[in-house]
Formats: sequence, C-alpha cells, structure tokens
Amino acid sequence: MTRYSIFSLARNALSYHRNWPQAWRSPDPKPAYDVIIVGGGGHGLATAYYLARNHGVTNVAVLEKGWLGGGNTGRNTTIVRSNYMLEPNAHFYEHSMKLWEGLSQDLNYNVMFSPRGVVNLAHSDGQMEAFMRRGNAMRLNGIDAVLLDREQVSQMVPLLDCSPSARFPVYGGLMQPRGGTARHDAVAWGYARGADSYGVDIIQNCEVTGIRREGGRVTGVETTRGEIAAAKVGIAVAGHTTQLCQMVGLDAPIESHVLQAFVSEPIKPILDTVVTSGATHGYISQSDKGELVMGGDLDFYNSYAQRGSVYVVEHVIAGLLSLFPAFSRLRLMRSWGGVMDMSLDGSPIICKTPVDGFYINGGWCYGGFKATPGSGWVFAHTIAKDAPHPYNEHFTLERFSNGTTIDEKGAGPYAKAH
Amino acid sequence: MLEIPCPYCGRRAHTEFTYMGDATVSRPADGPEASDRDWYEFVYVRLNPKGPHKELWHHTNGCRVVFEVSRDTATHEITGSAKLSDEGEAAS
Repeated sequence: MTRYSIFSLARNALSYHRNWPQAWRSPDPKPAYDVIIVGGGGHGLATAYYLARNHGVTNVAVLEKGWLGGGNTGRNTTIVRSNYMLEPNAHFYEHSMKLWEGLSQDLNYNVMFSPRGVVNLAHSDGQMEAFMRRGNAMRLNGIDAVLLDREQVSQMVPLLDCSPSARFPVYGGLMQPRGGTARHDAVAWGYARGADSYGVDIIQNCEVTGIRREGGRVTGVETTRGEIAAAKVGIAVAGHTTQLCQMVGLDAPIESHVLQAFVSEPIKPILDTVVTSGATHGYISQSDKGELVMGGDLDFYNSYAQRGSVYVVEHVIAGLLSLFPAFSRLRLMRSWGGVMDMSLDGSPIICKTPVDGFYINGGWCYGGFKATPGSGWVFAHTIAKDAPHPYNEHFTLERFSNGTTIDEKGAGPYAKAH
Repeated sequence: MLEIPCPYCGRRAHTEFTYMGDATVSRPADGPEASDRDWYEFVYVRLNPKGPHKELWHHTNGCRVVFEVSRDTATHEITGSAKLSDEGEAAS
C-alpha cells in the first residue's frame, strides 16, 4: 500500500497523477475464509479492518451486493455526535467519537472529520429541562455538553430566527462541541483501503442469497458468485437485516423504512455548525463544497425502495425554513432515500445469536453513520472472541424478550417512533 | 406520493392517512394467560417483507376508519384494500 503523504502527493504530481496505485484490490472470491462479513458499507468495512488490525484475523472477505458505500454509507447527512443519555448508548457512541477523532491518522486517509459542533435546539421550557438532564447525564459519562441560552444560540448561529415571533421560538440549545461531520464516502474508502492492506478480500457485485448451516452451525454462504465457506458470518446490511436473519431462521425486531435527505445548491460559507431541531425534526449543516445538507423524518411506511414522497421533502424543508428564513431562495440539487433498519426500541443490535457462527450488526435506525468506527470495533471483537465487547454487551437480540430494551427516546415499541 | 384506496372514500392522497403498520401481527387472544414468547412476538417481531405487505392505514383526515392495504414495499405498488370486520379481519 502506498502511504499517502505530502511526499507521495508531490511525487505523483510529477507524473500528472496518472500512476497512483489502486486503493484496494478487486479479487475473485476464494473457496473459504475464516470470517465473511456481509455488507460493504462503512460498518462492514470497519469490522473487517478492526478484525485484522486489533485481532490479527486477516483471512476475511467482505461481500457487497452493489458497490462499496452505495447503501446508507452514501445516503446519510454525515453527522457525527455522541450526545446520548442512557448508559449503554453513551459509552458506545463516545467510544466511536474518540475513534473519529484519530481516524484520518489511523487510516492514513482523510475522512475530513470536522468537529464543528452539533447544536440541538430547544423550543420550550420543558425541552430546556430535558436538555439539562441529558447534558448532565452526558457530562457524568465524560461526554462534552454545553447548555446554551437563546442569546448564545443566536450568536453562534446568526441566521437562525431566534425572535420571539418565530413559528418555533428558540429557548436555547444543547451543544456537543466535539460533534460535527465527516466525509461519508471517504469513511468507506478509507476502511476499505485499510482492510485491503491487511489482506482482506473486498468482493463487490456479490450478493448473498443463502447461508449454509450444518447441525445448527454456520458453514458458509451462497452468493451470486458461488458458494463460499466460512465458520463465522457477520452481517452489516442495514435495511436488509431482516432478510439475512430469516436466512438462518431468526426473527428480527426490525422494520425497514425509507429516510430521505437532500442538498441545496452550493453557496459560500453560511453555517459553520450542525443545527438540529426536535420540534421540526430537521437537521442541517453545510458541506465543504458549500451545499446545505438536510434531513428530517421518515416517510413513515415500510419501504425498501430507496426513494420517497415529495411531500416529505416539503415538510422537512418547511420546518427548516421556519428556523432559517434566509435559506428560502436556495434551490435543491439532489434528494435521495436510504432504507433504515428501524429497531423497535431505537437502539442498535450488535451481538452473537442463537445460531453458532452468525453475528448481527443492525437496527441502526437513523443513526448508523456516526457509529461506524465504534460499530466496527465492537463487532470485530464480538466475532473474533465469540463474546461481546463491554461497549456492546447490552445491544443484544434478547433484550426485546427479557425486558431490557434501550429506548433512548422513551417512545415505546414502534419502529417509526424512533 | 402514494395514492391510498380507502374502501369507503375511494382513492385519496397519502397525506390524508396515517400508517398503522403490519396488519398481520395479532394480539394474543388469551391475554394474561399468553406466554412471554407470544407477547414478545406481538410487540416486537415483524416479518418486514421486501415485497407484498399487508398493512393498516387510518384515514385520519377523512372517514377516520382503519382498513387494510396490500402494498409492495419494494415498488410501492398498491394492489388492493379491504374493510376490516369487527374482529379486525380483512374481508375477502
């Protein structure tokens, strides 16, 4: 692997950048591996990378039915944060946050992590009190949190309508200064390159159509490119978690829903932090290219279609424009949909299962992107040791049947409520 | 936008309706006597098919009746809708 540096950049400039080596190979699948990861998005690639880097497990294949990062890794709003209140979530996402902070150096690949801060807006006294509680819980867990009053929010985000007559009056906000954004594609590419350098085979256009078992143990997978043997199979397939689980006869407490996001035309720097509002359920930030990146609610019906309705776009935009009237003249450039694996308590499932050799990483709801490094870290541990890491020991399948669900939002067992 | 065929009001815009989820989950009939497993499956387990799906919609801004729609979750194609009986079964 060519190490990227100012020197390699200068050296390749001399040949007009025509001689850069491939960042990763495109091998044909071998007949057998120690571990197969299904899903070549950020989570699957990160898992393969940490299997090799942390556990020395390098005889690994990542199988991707489409192209790398073509699923939700490339279909999100790139927000990174760890502002969680419940213990299991707080420790897990904070671990992920710490990995983000050193990720570009670790991978020798610029993931453009930009800790520009994430501001959650409060629009009522009740919400301010809830934010105080959340902020205190975060700080007790060693996570940064700053409670802002309206004046502070107004100074930080001057284009935000903080006037008392606003449709959703701003009372203040809870900020995580270390939160921010990262370049989503670069995360998949960086992990792919890192995993490949340890000898992991990344196989694209290879869809898993079945999982082979003998005597209750996983023995391999059937794919569109033939059978591949492996004693351990881990899935990181987001919206298709249910289908993969059903291949081994497991029920999944998951519904798949479409979530849309959109970007405006690029403009000069206008918003230097991430702003979210629970009242409108909108979130907005400005990319390095200058586009405003926006997202909001689900379409609220089961869907695998990777596209949604225009009225949802209008609804989200209307909410955001009530916060930022100045953005009303901007034109939208693109919109897209991703298939969310909405778990019934809003928290992820990262665990071994009753089927020996079958491991689940799913149920990410809206929040998978920020978890990418931590998810790969603990999933690799779970697969390598056949036992959970302390940071994912609560993210089990059994929690739904034994009453230990992790319902961060307190919204109850409704997929679309989280 | 989906166009939902309400069995009472005809085809109406999606924005008049509220999605109520999978129509095939059923509440354990024997209530408190039912097993934990039955309650777990009712509350948490969803078949979540990629393809034909029977689901409940509520005509919130219309006749306010809940009914069953057959829709493909991969294509969004709607193939039919049906009134529910008093027992919550779709009329064939």
